[in-house]
Amino acid sequence: MAELSFTKEDLKEIDKIKAKFPTAKAATLQVLWVAQRKYGHVEPEVQKLVAETLDVPAAHVHGVASFYTQYYKEEKGKFVLDVCTCLSCQLCGGYDILHHLEDKLGIKAGETTDDGMFSIQEVECLGACGYAPMLQLTNGVYVNNLTEEKVDNLIENLKNGKMPEFESMAMPELEKRNQAASE
Amino acid sequence: MAQDWKSFEPLLIPDIPNLEKIEVYEENGGYDALKKVLNDQESWSRKNVINEVKQANIRGRGGAGFNAGLKWSFMPEPDGGPRYLACNGDESEPGTFKDRKIFEFNPHLFIEGATIAAYAMAVDTIYVYIRGEYISWVEMFQDAVNDAYDKGYLGKDILGKGIDINLEITYGAGAYICGEETAMLESLEGKRGYPRTKPPFPAQKGLWGRPTTINNIETLSNVPLVINNGAEWYGNIGAEGHPGPVLYGISGHVNRPGVYEYPTGVPVMDLINDVAGGIRGGKKLKAIIPGGSSTPVLRADQLEGVTMNADSLRDAGSMMGTAGMVVMDEDTDMVDVLWRIAHFYHHESCGQCTPCRDGTGWLEKVLIKIKNGEGEIKDLDLLLDLGTQMEGRTICALADAAVWPVRHTINRFRDEFEARCKKSVHAVA
Repeated sequence: MAELSFTKEDLKEIDKIKAKFPTAKAATLQVLWVAQRKYGHVEPEVQKLVAETLDVPAAHVHGVASFYTQYYKEEKGKFVLDVCTCLSCQLCGGYDILHHLEDKLGIKAGETTDDGMFSIQEVECLGACGYAPMLQLTNGVYVNNLTEEKVDNLIENLKNGKMPEFESMAMPELEKRNQAASE
Repeated sequence: MAQDWKSFEPLLIPDIPNLEKIEVYEENGGYDALKKVLNDQESWSRKNVINEVKQANIRGRGGAGFNAGLKWSFMPEPDGGPRYLACNGDESEPGTFKDRKIFEFNPHLFIEGATIAAYAMAVDTIYVYIRGEYISWVEMFQDAVNDAYDKGYLGKDILGKGIDINLEITYGAGAYICGEETAMLESLEGKRGYPRTKPPFPAQKGLWGRPTTINNIETLSNVPLVINNGAEWYGNIGAEGHPGPVLYGISGHVNRPGVYEYPTGVPVMDLINDVAGGIRGGKKLKAIIPGGSSTPVLRADQLEGVTMNADSLRDAGSMMGTAGMVVMDEDTDMVDVLWRIAHFYHHESCGQCTPCRDGTGWLEKVLIKIKNGEGEIKDLDLLLDLGTQMEGRTICALADAAVWPVRHTINRFRDEFEARCKKSVHAVA
């Protein structure tokens, strides 16, 4: 791997993050995020860059990167499908969705397709229990109330470069009001 | 109150379109509580604000149910150094998905509440820690914070009244344990989310060793209501001893899952049947988990007359927790459910304390054995015994949270667990 570095813009963003806290160390999580958005993962070389940029021990950055599940410790597919199977999702068919995806993409949770397009991960509660089953796309938007059909559409759209939009899950009472207003 | 919940008008997330926009929030009385306090700092001295909030008895909505004002009063007198308010938006307890509603639909109510809290505790910096998965809500909330700065509700010399309070947003990267208050402080300091031993308590030594108070997002959102309407008014909402509006998250086998705002003290069966539209597919109710995965499961036959407040749920044998209720129908396999909960706590144990790190693993292993039909009845007692060896022997409450569901699910559905076990000579004795 070639020598990694942050651009001037990256460093400006990092300075803004550092200004939020009294110590540079406190910026570790956020700068790891900056690095992951840039490189797509936080493999050891990337961790080293973060450590040097913040002037904190490399072991500290490694400790942090390895503790939190959202950091990709190795390269992932272009699209990472984080399927929740925790309590409410389990009750509402989260495992069916996971297995459907595994069959469809021909990989198991934790693996990446040969073409590097998709990774599947089984994850713990994402805080969308009322909209189960659901998944999160590459640490980004939530895709809620999944059915096999909705999953199929999502995969087709992603193959065509069409990203899902943020779904605002209104409080049911607000939904009722909006329906009444539109009728 | 049990009956009049149906006529309740939401207070935390009222039925006002575009309330997340600062102009709309202001038009509807937003930031009046902050103005009321800062414009009359004699009547609303720091001490008086704390007393009012203490009297209102806002009980923490993050799970512990501790009186928020009382918590504030633990902060030592200012000594000229930095003081912090750390707001916990890490909601990760399975079944809980309410604070994101505040970030999305009424962020300024929370900002206003946090700012009043910061004034009352002479705090100069508020940190809002949001779970990393909630990046969409982090971005929405950042917009609201920017608007609050632009309008002078945050920053230097707030409303020209000589008070400086900054608010910074930061977010995690996937770790349930960071919802534990001292683990959140560690994470805020840029470290692994390892809970700290207490004492010292955060009010004495919190962020960077300085006085810090940690409050839940929903808890702080109640503060403007108290300032605007008074502690007495607030105390009359909902159940005695546990007042106020609550964001109930209802999930699982109901027709209309979602987050609903009602007062404390709503009968559990009304929440399931009237609010959430009953059980899906016309099935029968089997059990609920009332307030997040760590709160003990209650069988349908244990729910008569039970209301959603601390005392009633305690008497029934459970807890209010985060008011994130998980509903299970008659077809639910309790062995599978308990295994999945145990898997969660095993996955999320931070690994600092041996009883938790190893104990959560063993809980899961034994449950897998039972789930696969290879367990023996003595394994059920092994699980219960293991629980007593974990509970109360660790730095934080994650081990306890892992043990409670195991203990209560086995005890309350013993037949179902035994039916999954092999016949065993040990069991006959």
